[in-house]
Amino acid sequence: MTAVQEPKTVTFDDNDQKPVGFGRMLRKEDPRLLRGRGRFVDDIQLNGMLHLAILRSPFAHARIVSIDTSAAEAYPGVRAVVTGAALAELGLAWMPTLSNDVQAVLATDKVRFQGQEVAFVVADDRYAARDALELIDVEYDVLDPVIDVRKALAPEAPLIRDDLEGKADNHCFDWETGDADETEAVFARADVIVKEDIVYPRVHPAPMETCGAVADFDAVEGKLKLWSTTQAPHAHRTLYAIVAGLPEHKIQVIAPDIGGGFGNKVPIYPGYVCAIVGSIVTGKPVKWMEDRSENLISTGFARDYIMRGEIAATRDGKILAIRTNVLADHGAFNGTAAPVKYPAGFFGVFTGSYDIEAAYCKMTAVYTNKAPGGVAYACSFRITEAVYLVERIVDCLAAELDMDPAELRLKNFIQPDQFPYETKTGWVYDSGNYEPTMRLAMDMAGYADLRKEQEEKRARGELMGIGISFFTEAVGAGPRKNMDILGLGMADGCELRVHPTGKAVVRLSVKTQGQGHETTFAQIIAEEIGIPPADIEVVHGDTDQTPFGLGTYGSRSTPVSGAAAALVARKVRDKAQLIASAMLEVTVADLEWTKGSFHVKGDPGKAVTIQEIAMRAHGAGDLPDGVEGGLEAQICYNPSNLTYPHGAYICVVDVDPGTAQVKVRRFIAVDDCGTRINPMIIEGQVHGGLTDGVGMALMEMISFDEDGNCLGASLMDYLIPTALEVPDWETGYTVTPSPHHPIGAKGVGESATVGSPPAIVNAVVDALKPYGVRHADMPLTPSRVWDAMNGRATPPI
Amino acid sequence: MQVPAPFEYERATSVDQAIGLLERLGSSARLVAGGHSLLPMMKLRLANFEYLIDINPLHAELGYIRSGSDEVRIGALTRHRELLESDELAAAFPIFRDAERVIADPVVRNRGTLGGSLCQADPSEDLSAVCTTLDASCVIRGPGGAERVVTMKEFHVGPYETAVGDGEMLTEIRLPLRSGGGSAYEKVERRAGDWAVVSAGAAVWLAADGTIADARVGLAAVGPNTTGIPEISAALRGHEPAEELYQEAGAIAARSCDPATDTRGSADYKRHLADELTRRTLRKAVQRARS
Repeated sequence: MTAVQEPKTVTFDDNDQKPVGFGRMLRKEDPRLLRGRGRFVDDIQLNGMLHLAILRSPFAHARIVSIDTSAAEAYPGVRAVVTGAALAELGLAWMPTLSNDVQAVLATDKVRFQGQEVAFVVADDRYAARDALELIDVEYDVLDPVIDVRKALAPEAPLIRDDLEGKADNHCFDWETGDADETEAVFARADVIVKEDIVYPRVHPAPMETCGAVADFDAVEGKLKLWSTTQAPHAHRTLYAIVAGLPEHKIQVIAPDIGGGFGNKVPIYPGYVCAIVGSIVTGKPVKWMEDRSENLISTGFARDYIMRGEIAATRDGKILAIRTNVLADHGAFNGTAAPVKYPAGFFGVFTGSYDIEAAYCKMTAVYTNKAPGGVAYACSFRITEAVYLVERIVDCLAAELDMDPAELRLKNFIQPDQFPYETKTGWVYDSGNYEPTMRLAMDMAGYADLRKEQEEKRARGELMGIGISFFTEAVGAGPRKNMDILGLGMADGCELRVHPTGKAVVRLSVKTQGQGHETTFAQIIAEEIGIPPADIEVVHGDTDQTPFGLGTYGSRSTPVSGAAAALVARKVRDKAQLIASAMLEVTVADLEWTKGSFHVKGDPGKAVTIQEIAMRAHGAGDLPDGVEGGLEAQICYNPSNLTYPHGAYICVVDVDPGTAQVKVRRFIAVDDCGTRINPMIIEGQVHGGLTDGVGMALMEMISFDEDGNCLGASLMDYLIPTALEVPDWETGYTVTPSPHHPIGAKGVGESATVGSPPAIVNAVVDALKPYGVRHADMPLTPSRVWDAMNGRATPPI
Repeated sequence: MQVPAPFEYERATSVDQAIGLLERLGSSARLVAGGHSLLPMMKLRLANFEYLIDINPLHAELGYIRSGSDEVRIGALTRHRELLESDELAAAFPIFRDAERVIADPVVRNRGTLGGSLCQADPSEDLSAVCTTLDASCVIRGPGGAERVVTMKEFHVGPYETAVGDGEMLTEIRLPLRSGGGSAYEKVERRAGDWAVVSAGAAVWLAADGTIADARVGLAAVGPNTTGIPEISAALRGHEPAEELYQEAGAIAARSCDPATDTRGSADYKRHLADELTRRTLRKAVQRARS
C-alpha cells in the first residue's frame, strides 16, 4: 500500500513538456507573479478612492476617558474621523469572532491590548490620514495589565473582559479530551514516567503582504464590493452580512493575489470593517492597508501554549500513555479560528504516531492583555503544538531510557494493519505506514554514520546534535457532521465548464495565498478529463464568480476542494461518455476511457477526444435522449473524514561551544501526503515550512515587557530566517494514499511547519547532552542556548 | 504602509553648499546618505525632520579609499559595498572585510555609508567598533571650510550622539598605518544581517622580535558607547602573544563592559561573548600580523 520513492534525478520539466495530469510542471501563476504583474489588494486603484489609517492604543490596558477628534477633522484632506462611540451608534462597535466571542472594532470602553483599534481617519491620501492620527487626542486612564499568563487567574488579577455580562475573572474556557481515570491507572503501573514543562511561545505568521482592504459601497445599487486579504472569501461574506446587516447577495468579496497567508488572513479584522464603514460614511471607495508593525502587533498570533507533558512507558521502551495539562493564552478576545466544537483546534492528536493504551489532556484557556488570534502560522488547527509536545516528550523518554530516539519511535509506531486507527482521544487516522517513511529518512541521513560522527566529535569537545521528529497530521476539515465555523459547514463547492473548443474553466471556493492552486487544480482536472492544464482556467477568490466554500487554511484545499475538483471532473466525464456513445454509435458500456478520449473497446482507432465531445455538446444536431447541451457540472463535497499525512524529519546541528550559536547543517524531510499531484509544488511547500521551523525553533517570538508593550513590533525585533540560516533541504517521500479521498491525496501545506520545530529542538538538546541538558524551550537563540549549557535554561515566558 | 511626516528635500551640489544649508536650517535639518537608518526612523515617526539634505550627489567627491605612506583616508560617503570589495583596504586592515561581510545585507550595503554608520552612533554599530579598534580619527568640516580632526573617543558623545555640530559634516575617516599589524572582527548575531548581540574587533602590531608592540580591542553592543579598552592595550603591550594573554584580555573585556539584558540576549551572556570574542579576534589578529 505504501510506495517508497526510487532514487531520483530531479528534473524541472518546462511547460512545453508539461504533464496532462499529475507530475512536475512549472506553476501557471508564476509568469504573472515573477514579472511583478500580480494584482494584490494594494494594487487596486479606484476612481476617487480615499485612504484610511487607524489610531491604535499605546497601552495594553486602559480606560478611555475621552477622545477629541476636532483637530484631526480640521486637518487638510481629512474626510472623516470615526471613533468607537460613533460606531456604537450604528451598532457596529463590536463584532463576533470566529470562536463565538466578541471583539471590539473600535474600543468604546477600554483598550485591552497594545495596538488595539481606537479610531480611524479617512483622508485624500495615506499621508494626510497618517498625519491626522497624531492630532486625535485620547485621554486614557491606564490600568494594570495581565501579561503573565500564569497569573491571569489569580484572584487579584485585573479583570479584562468586563464587557461580558457576569464575567468576574479572566477565564476563557476549559477543555478536555481522553480518559483521565484510565490514564491515571496506566501511569500508576508504568515502570518509567517522564515529565517536562514545554512552552510553545507566541509567534506570528508575518506574511510578506500585510492585511488590507478596499471597500466600495455603491449607495444606489446598495452593493458592497470588498477587495480584501482573505483566505476565506465566502465565510467572510456571510459574516459581513450578519455583522453589518447587509443582504448577502449585495456583498461581493474579492481576494485578489494574496502575498502569503499562513492563517494570518483567516479572521475578520477590525480594519476590514473600518474600511467598509469608511466607504459607507464618505460615499467613496476606501483603501486600508496596514503597515508591518500593525500586522505584527494586532493581527492573529500563533501558539502561546504552556504545556506540562507526561509520558509513561515500560523499562524496555513501550510507550503506555501520554498526559498533558495546557495553559493557553488567547489574548484579549478569543479570536481563534477553528471548528466550533474544537476550541483547542485539533490539539487532540497529541498522541502522535504511537499505539498507546491511554491518553488525557486538560486545558485551561485564559484572557490576557495581548492581541487576539491563536490559530495561525500553518498550525493545522494547533497540531503544531500537539506534535511539538509529543515529539519532545518522546525524546525526553529516550534520554531517560538511554535508548536511541529512532529506535524508540520505531518500536511504538501504529502498525499498517491497524489502520483505520482510532486514537485514545477519538481521532480516526485514515491510513499510514510509518516504518518505511522513517527508514527512508534514516537511510537518506546516513543515521548510523551520523551517530558515529557525533561520538567522535563529542570526544573532541565538539557539539553536534541529531534530532528526529515523526509526525502525523489531521488535515482537510472537515466532515460537516461535526465541523463547522460559526454554523457554516466545512464543505467546498466546485464548478467545471468545458467550452465548445475544449478549453475549460474551473471555479473553486478555496483561495490560494501562494500555494499554487492555479496549477494544482488544473492538474487535477487534467488528470481526470485529459484537457491539458494550460487549457484550464482556474477561477477563485471572488464570491460572485465561485461556489460557496470555507476557504484555504488548515491544509484543507487539496483534501476537500481537490476532492471536489476530481469529482466534478468525473461528472463531466460521465456526461462526455454519453455524448461519445452517440458520436461513436455504440453503447456506453462499449466505451473505454484513456486520458483525453473515449474509444470503442477493442478498436482504439475508433475514438473521440474530449475536445471533439465538447464541440458536439455545444454544437448542432441531436444529443442522446435525456442529455442536455453543454458540458459542465457542479458539486459540493463533504469529506467523510480528515486526511492524515505523515512524515519523518531528521535534523543535524552544530553548536559553537564558545558562542552557543546553532548552525543547522543538514535537514532530511521525508513526507507522505498520499498521491502527489505536482511534486515541485509539494517540495516548495515543504521547503517553506521547514524554513518556518528554523525560524520558530531558533529565533521567532512575540514577547512583551511587564507593561504589555510588544517587543516584536518590527522585523528588526521579530526575526524571520533567511536563506543563510537554512541548509540545502534534502527531501524525500513515500506514498500512502488516503482511502477515502477520490484521488488519494492528503494535505501537505503545513506538514513541514508542524514537523520541523521538534526535529530542530531535539537536535539542539541532543548536541547539549554533554552538558546534561534534557530540555530547552524555543526560541533557541545563542543567549538561551548558552543559558541551557550553564544549567539555567528558563522558559521564554 | 509606513509613511513619514511632511518634510522638505534638497539635493546637495557641493560639500560647502550642504554645510551652508545645515548652518541656515539648524537642528531641523538632517543629512541623508544611504538612508537605511534615517528613513525607517522617519517612517516610524521616531525621527521627524523638517528638511532632508541628500548628499548622495557628492559621492564622487566623498566616496574614496586612499592609501598614503602613514595612513589610509576614507571618504565619509564610501559605501559598505566599496569597503567590502576594496582589496587595498582588506590588505591593510582585514578587520574591515571581516566586519562588512556581516553588516546587514547586499541591498543595505549598496547604499549605506561609512560616514552614515558613524554618525548614526548606534551602540551596536559595527563600523564604529572597527574604527575604534583601528584608532581612527574623524575629519569634521564646518562653515567656511574649517576642518577639525577628532579621535573616535571624542567623536562618540553618547548613544546616537556625536561631536558633529548642527552646521557641520563628517567628511573623512583617517586610519593610521603601522608596521607589523594584523586585525580581525567577530560578530555574534541571532540571524544574518541582524544587529550584533555582541561584536568585537582586535588589532595588534607586532615588534620585530615578535612581541606585541601595541594592541587595541573595540567592542560593540555592550554598553551605551562603542569604546576602546585601554586596560587591554596596557596588558598586552610588550608581551609575547600567547593563549593566556588572550584569556587575560578577554577577562578584562568582560569586566570592562556594561551590557544590558534585552531580546538579543542576557547581560551575562553578552559579557561572556565580550570575553570569548576578544580572545578569538586577538588570536586571529596575531595570526594575520605574523603572516
